[in-house]
Amino acid sequence: MTTAGAVHTERDSLKAYPPSLTFHDLIRKNKIESQLLMWGMGLLVVLVGAAIAFSLAVYTRGGGELRDFLPSLIVGASVAAIFALIACLWSWYGGGKAILRMSGARKIEKEHDPQLFNVVDELRIAAGLPMPEVWRIDSPALNAFATGRDPQNAAVAITTGLRTQLNRDELAGVMAHEMAHVRHFDIRFAMLMATLVGLIAFACDAFLRMAFYSSMRGGGRSAPRGGGGGKGGGGAAAAILMLLALLLAVLAPLLAKLIQLSISRKREYLADAGAVELTRYPEGLASALRKLADCEKPIDKANRATAHLYIVNPMKKAAMEHHRKSNVFSTHPPIQERIDRLEALMR
Amino acid sequence: MGLPLLIALIVLFVVLLVFVIGMYNKLVRKRIDCDNGWSQIDVQLKRRYDLVPNLVETVKGYASHERETLDAVIKARSQAIDAGSVKEQAEAESFLSASLGRLFALSEAYPDLKANTNFLALQEELTSTENKIGFARQHYNDCVARYRTARESFPTNLVANAFNFEPRDYFELDVEAAREAPKVSFS
Repeated sequence: MTTAGAVHTERDSLKAYPPSLTFHDLIRKNKIESQLLMWGMGLLVVLVGAAIAFSLAVYTRGGGELRDFLPSLIVGASVAAIFALIACLWSWYGGGKAILRMSGARKIEKEHDPQLFNVVDELRIAAGLPMPEVWRIDSPALNAFATGRDPQNAAVAITTGLRTQLNRDELAGVMAHEMAHVRHFDIRFAMLMATLVGLIAFACDAFLRMAFYSSMRGGGRSAPRGGGGGKGGGGAAAAILMLLALLLAVLAPLLAKLIQLSISRKREYLADAGAVELTRYPEGLASALRKLADCEKPIDKANRATAHLYIVNPMKKAAMEHHRKSNVFSTHPPIQERIDRLEALMR
Repeated sequence: MGLPLLIALIVLFVVLLVFVIGMYNKLVRKRIDCDNGWSQIDVQLKRRYDLVPNLVETVKGYASHERETLDAVIKARSQAIDAGSVKEQAEAESFLSASLGRLFALSEAYPDLKANTNFLALQEELTSTENKIGFARQHYNDCVARYRTARESFPTNLVANAFNFEPRDYFELDVEAAREAPKVSFS
């Protein structure tokens, strides 16, 4: 209670980034990168939709000229695009609230926890943003996250476990990390990305199961018909395309997930740096991360869909991940690496 | 021969105009950021003026003989409120911060005062307000830095000069009292 909060020295610049690169440049870069990735992901959704529709058409009709399948390609792509649009609209307007409810968070007001509110208020002033909503998760686990579609519609959440463990400076460090996510527009990106990746995974999974079971049952009913109709050329091309479609269905979810995770890890480092830019006090966040690294309690209500939103990976397996190793399937960089980078700023 | 030249000139003029409008709007945006940043500081300073009398009253109940420190806080507050220029205000505010720091340091010697929930709440509010002032100042100075960079770099500086975009001052602490940490004696 009596600590005087973070220390300000305006002229301290961040050593990890070239001096010519301001945080506004980084945010702009983030936005462009996000947009490109969103379009890329949208294209992948449409491709997957077209591939599935095409395969279904080949399967039901048995072979034929390639142009006979053109309508199915268009229908598949349009249906996928419409689904993607609806899913994105849903997550744009209701995703933040849904994530908060899914994690069992409750919205709190200033009288419930004046210090937490003050700390968040301080940091949003430092970032020049409007005040976000503050939510609390009743859980002994140590974690925090931010969500929402933009800084005007943002929310930060913290578990009661983490709240009681941290002193004022550490709390400021954690909340600054979350405000940095808000400020960098990571929250919108993470939400839309998760929606599209989920959609791709769901569609491909459903398709592959269907293909698997029907091939067990029907045993290559379509192949002889496709080859035997005197349209050998068209049939062969259709078969090759069908193979490509299957390949796409297998690879697309993996590819989408890997892209999402690599961006997620990068944005964590950036949010750590952004937190230091706000508090100008790396020790606060570093000390909080040390406490988080020691705690092995996973959050009960976190799942794969929301894991990337938290300040550290909330999943059970993540407890083993606190060492130096990071792999392509991690949502977060290893904590020790993050602490090392923060400590480098303190020297 | 005249017509293509005329069209080329018009196109050139329109392109130039678009660029100038873009630069002008960029400058306006950055200037508004500065204004917003400044008003954020103002909000927090006013909040501190409101909190100080409550704090002084609460402390008086437990440590009324610490008149000197209490008077210093009250005096610093009224000086800050009456300050005219930005520079004067910056000085008065840092003087107020320093005297508040001394008051909190002094409260360590009064266990009853430190146990008072009202005092604790006020202390949290004032600590936070102090931080908010610091952060608002940091944000304002960042805005001013960006505005100045835009104002002085080529070719925006041409637009800035043509349309009279005045430079903004940083909110700086130049006074000695603010740089020194409040002295605490444990004798």
